[in-house]
Amino acid sequence: MKPTDLGAPDYLHKVVDCQWACPAHTPVPEYIRLIAAGRYADAYAINWRSNVFPGILGRVCDRPCEPACRRGRVEEQPVAICRLKRVAADLKGDITDRLPQPPQQTNGKRIACIGAGPASMTVARDLAVLGYSVTVFDSGKSAGGMMRSQIPKFRLPDAIIDEECGYIEGLGVEVRLDHWIGSLRDMLAGGWDAVFVGTGAPRGRDADLPGRQEAAPNIHLGIDWLANVAFGHTTSIGRRVLVLGGGNTAMDCCRSARRLGGEDVQVVVRSGFDEMKASPWEKEEAIHEGIPIHNFLVPVEFVHDNGRLTGVRFEKVRAEYDAKGRRNLVPTGEPAVLMPCDDVLVAIGQENSFPWIERDIGVEFDRWGMPVLDAKTLQSTRPNVFFGGDAAFGPKNIITAVAQGHEAAISIDRFCHGQDVAIRPSPLTNLVSQKMGIHEWSYANDVSEDRRRKMPVRDLPATLGDVRLELELGFDVELACKEAARCLNCDVATVFTPRVCIECDACVDICPSECITFTADGEEADLRQRLKAPANNTEQSLYVADGLKTGRIMVKDENVCVHCGMCSERCPTGAWDMQKFALHVAHAGAEVTPA
Amino acid sequence: MTYLAKPKLLRADTPRNALGYTRRDYEGAISTLCAGCGHDSISASIVQACFDLDIEPHRVAKLSGIGCSSKTPDYFLGNSHGFNSVHGRMPSVLTGAALANRTLLYLGVSGDGDSASIGIGQFAHAMRRGVNMTYIVENNGVYGLTKGQFSATADKGSKNKKGVVNADSPIDLAALALQLGATYVARSFSGDKEQLVPLIKGALHHRGPAFIDVISPCVTFNNHTGSTKSYDYVREHNAAVNRLDVILPKAQIEASYPPGSLRRVVQHDGSILHLRKVGVDYDPSDRIGAMNHLQERHALGEIVTGLLYVDSSGDDMHAHLNTVEKPLNQLGDAYLCPGSSALAALNASLR
Ligand SMILES: Cc1cc2nc3c(=O)[nH]c(=O)nc-3n(C[C@H](O)[C@H](O)[C@H](O)COP(=O)(O)OP(=O)(O)OC[C@H]3O[C@@H](n4cnc5c(N)ncnc54)[C@H](O)[C@@H]3O)c2cc1C
Ligand SMILES: Cc1ncc(C[n+]2csc(CCOP(=O)(O)OP(=O)(O)O)c2C)c(N)n1
Ligand code: SF4
Ligand code: SF4
Ligand code: SF4
Ligand SMILES: [Mg+2]
Repeated sequence: MKPTDLGAPDYLHKVVDCQWACPAHTPVPEYIRLIAAGRYADAYAINWRSNVFPGILGRVCDRPCEPACRRGRVEEQPVAICRLKRVAADLKGDITDRLPQPPQQTNGKRIACIGAGPASMTVARDLAVLGYSVTVFDSGKSAGGMMRSQIPKFRLPDAIIDEECGYIEGLGVEVRLDHWIGSLRDMLAGGWDAVFVGTGAPRGRDADLPGRQEAAPNIHLGIDWLANVAFGHTTSIGRRVLVLGGGNTAMDCCRSARRLGGEDVQVVVRSGFDEMKASPWEKEEAIHEGIPIHNFLVPVEFVHDNGRLTGVRFEKVRAEYDAKGRRNLVPTGEPAVLMPCDDVLVAIGQENSFPWIERDIGVEFDRWGMPVLDAKTLQSTRPNVFFGGDAAFGPKNIITAVAQGHEAAISIDRFCHGQDVAIRPSPLTNLVSQKMGIHEWSYANDVSEDRRRKMPVRDLPATLGDVRLELELGFDVELACKEAARCLNCDVATVFTPRVCIECDACVDICPSECITFTADGEEADLRQRLKAPANNTEQSLYVADGLKTGRIMVKDENVCVHCGMCSERCPTGAWDMQKFALHVAHAGAEVTPA
Repeated sequence: MTYLAKPKLLRADTPRNALGYTRRDYEGAISTLCAGCGHDSISASIVQACFDLDIEPHRVAKLSGIGCSSKTPDYFLGNSHGFNSVHGRMPSVLTGAALANRTLLYLGVSGDGDSASIGIGQFAHAMRRGVNMTYIVENNGVYGLTKGQFSATADKGSKNKKGVVNADSPIDLAALALQLGATYVARSFSGDKEQLVPLIKGALHHRGPAFIDVISPCVTFNNHTGSTKSYDYVREHNAAVNRLDVILPKAQIEASYPPGSLRRVVQHDGSILHLRKVGVDYDPSDRIGAMNHLQERHALGEIVTGLLYVDSSGDDMHAHLNTVEKPLNQLGDAYLCPGSSALAALNASLR
């Protein structure tokens, strides 16, 4: 096998599973160590640089990092990364003096961002600190986009959104609220150097079934209904509520309905329980709040009594898989099921819609009505118009919107300077030994055997009585320290120097996860079968080094290394060392390193 | 050495043996030996062998003397019986234990100082008596624990760390064991687990005295140029006579070998030793030939490794002494102490 080049882009980054999985590549283990050290403001600052909304994301992030977390492979549960982010936000104190200051003089460039969701706000932040004059337009009454208008307050209180959008406004970004943009053509005529479209995916998909029109007063589109709840326009709902759909919007709908007087709230989903799009923790919460979830039921009719909704009729289906593994839902032939109800919330999907963008101004759309974009630069077919967030590739989540905001800001900055937007600045990386003494490292290398901590929550009656009362209480210092200790410091990389290895096997013998093997060279597939312990996770790299005296190679399976440093402690010659790999993705203004 | 204990976290696909144990279940306390000490690799090989053989840890008694090597039983088989005896006296304690309870697997672990210097007499008699045991010497040519003085296995002409030349002739424990009646004699190297692990497995399945001399570099006091027990020297001068595979009675035989390259030895318990020829034409059933081969090669500066001699037809001490099958602790007081009338009868019969 080809020897591993630790300097190759992405090799060590991939080993830090959480950071690699995070769309914004937040340096997770670094901030977790800072939390363990009680340096909450520093931990917050690292997050703020990467993901802009640590307090918000610490509560409601979709957390793609957690299923990726190494801890889930060597134990059962991943580190509660998201909860720890919230700890940093909760305990940070005043951080205003750490925020960057925009330059005294603007650079003369004017940027318009349409929509005040996380994508636009990220673009605004990244560009404001470089001296751009950024104006954000939003039709709503406050900044935040769907974080403000759709995510229920019991998950994300307004104060947190106010604070973190406030930091961005504090950089001199002008946010024009109550301002609907009705024409991109007019907007472009305003002489902006670039326009960023961060208008989200604002339209809820409807269930066009018999009875829909007749029973309309009691059938609500989930995301619109949630906005009405968020802004206090809707304060009650019928006693019996059916929620159609299996995504996170459905979960927010049912849990909100429960808090607005819905006593008998049930979720009905076409797919099976495991295939539901909602995050596992959202499903758990719903069930915990007394909301049953019914699966494999497809709605066929809204049943009404002269326009008064009385129930929904469902057809029973089961999943069948074709030769290609694609799932089809086929009727079981059993009798239809009628579920009585007073109100229905339809949460079966979200769509993009750009009625305000003229189709003859050079911004091309594909046949699904989505803008034609360069996936990396987010530039549209009209060079000075960029997209990001849900508006770019359909509904995703906040952290994806932030990551795309960063990329779009880089593109806009390069565009405004007449540079090629396709050329991207590389991340800032560093690799430094953590050795402090014979058995001393500058990180805690004793691996905690503790299990994941549970989030303390308010008691059920209190939280079900108030739709704006935050459910989760956050970790206190003690819980935070215990949980932080579970992090395996995946960024502290094992670095091997074959030249000084005497092949004494000490590292092989001590390694608690049996991931090191010295053996004859071979092809990867063959090698994977010959290692001390099976290496069947091909998503994870093999670290291979040659140049040993016996002609064998050293193979380390990165999959289950717990970064305990024992290999390095046992090595008599220092052939193994633990070195911290730092990676900060480039943001707008970063220099491009010549190839 | 390390200060931390190994974390107990186990990956979901951790290999388990027929008893459901993982390799980790055969480990002991965290080793306090120097980082890179060959002895740690021997401990790991013992762990691997016992794991592979599905040995129940409580069926093993591990005994040792004094020295870095003799400390190692603390670092493997944490759930087995152990006895850390006096310097050079492990063989007599093991012999006594074996006499009292023959149902356990006896594993003697010793050093070259412990066995070839202070304990040479005990070593010799345990071999002569045919004690049913696996006797491993972790041979580094020095007294590691007392900071690197030459031991009795140090080669004449080899240099210590300060450059002083050893003037005394070495004892070859494998050659001695051959002469004294050991019925399974092997030599190996701590840095070659592929060779060592099967040799330990074969020994654990052997009836009678099984001796393995394992060259095990002392990284701290005997791993320099001029040493004949360093990692580099042993690798350069290693002359293996064969490679062993141990096949348990129940196991299916899958491996195929080119004709003429394989020797098969069936042991008492039905386990089969497959000896693959390496280079020379070597006959491991020829005791005199083995002794000659060792001397010849040693004169050429080579270190002969592999299964040097095996005789699976021999008896052990229990047969020689006609001892009782049952462990003494299961015989009961009345049987063990039949009373004064029985004694009187015995005395009378001898008058
Ligand atoms: C019910 C629900 C729950 C969710 N929960 C989570 C969660 O827990 N975690 C998570 O990560 N994500 C969640 N999401 C998804 C997340 O909210 C979005 O992915 C994210 O907000 C997208 O950000 P954005 O910047 O692309 O746009 P948005 O947040 O959608 O913001 C777009 C803004 O643009 C405004 N706008 C649109 N058109 C115009 C116009 N022409 N003129 C002026 N203003 C305009 C809109 O009013 C809106 O304020 C949830 C979504 C929903 C619907
Ligand atoms: C009766 C007695 N004499 C001397 C000693 C001192 N002593 C301790 S260990 C040792 C030598 C051990 O050498 P070896 O058996 O080769 O073990 P190693 O440390 O090299 O593994 C000696 C002489 C002792 N402990 N007891
Ligand atoms: S253990 Fe820590 S560094 Fe490793 S993936 Fe999990 S959170 Fe990230
Ligand atoms: S740090 Fe070294 S000893 Fe620890 S698990 Fe990783 S490879 Fe094994
Ligand atoms: S002194 Fe030598 S024999 Fe003893 S532990 Fe250290 S390296 Fe091993
Ligand atoms: Mg010694």
